[in-house]
Amino acid sequence: MRKAILFVTFLFVSAFLLLGVAEMRPFGQPAVADMDDYFITNAQGEVAVNNVVTAVVFDYRGFDTLGEATVLFAAVVGILALFRKPKEDER
Amino acid sequence: MSNHGMSVIVRTVTRFVYGLIILFGFYVIMHGHLTPGGGFQGGAVVASAFALLLVAFGSAGLKGRLNLHWLQSIEEVGALAFLALAFLGIGTAFFYNLLANSGGFLFGASVPAGANAGVLNAGGTVPLMNWAVGLKVMTGIAAVAITMLIGSKKEETE
Repeated sequence: MRKAILFVTFLFVSAFLLLGVAEMRPFGQPAVADMDDYFITNAQGEVAVNNVVTAVVFDYRGFDTLGEATVLFAAVVGILALFRKPKEDER
Repeated sequence: MSNHGMSVIVRTVTRFVYGLIILFGFYVIMHGHLTPGGGFQGGAVVASAFALLLVAFGSAGLKGRLNLHWLQSIEEVGALAFLALAFLGIGTAFFYNLLANSGGFLFGASVPAGANAGVLNAGGTVPLMNWAVGLKVMTGIAAVAITMLIGSKKEETE
């Protein structure tokens, strides 16, 4: 019984994945490329940066990077608080 | 084990290599607006050199080289510098690149269109943000590694 359920689940998941692969577009031809084209044509002129990824990360999508940095900061603060040396009177 | 570090072979190779790893990390941060990489990646590379020192020499090898309070202070300075650079262009929008193409001496040069080798003195706030984020990541991850080593060592002795 358990094996049958597992097999049916496996079949369903495989069918979904294969359906997705069958409807995939050819490599390098996304359905909507307006934003990519804008970044590629205008990053050098607007941000004066050759690395377009850095232009997106630190300029166009800077707010997202701020959240990323906040996540790292919270992780560091959490680990430092977890492993900090307890004072003598706190034991 | 964590007090004494690893074998002589590992320690010798580490002594040769860790300076080069730190140099490469600073190169990745410095050229973040020209070549693949940036603040996060270069900071992680530099922090990996610190982690290598920790693994090879143990906690005794880092005594006197890296101060935990200094690392925390530098991390917070990096975070505040990143936020301040974001607020620099608040007159137009949050994260507006005020310094790009300004013609000034501080990363204000323009870049010719098309494929070229790139201009180091360009990009406005992007290279400065790379440095801020790089300092933040390298000191943050180093502080995490040192703190976890100290924490695990104390459990061993107790």
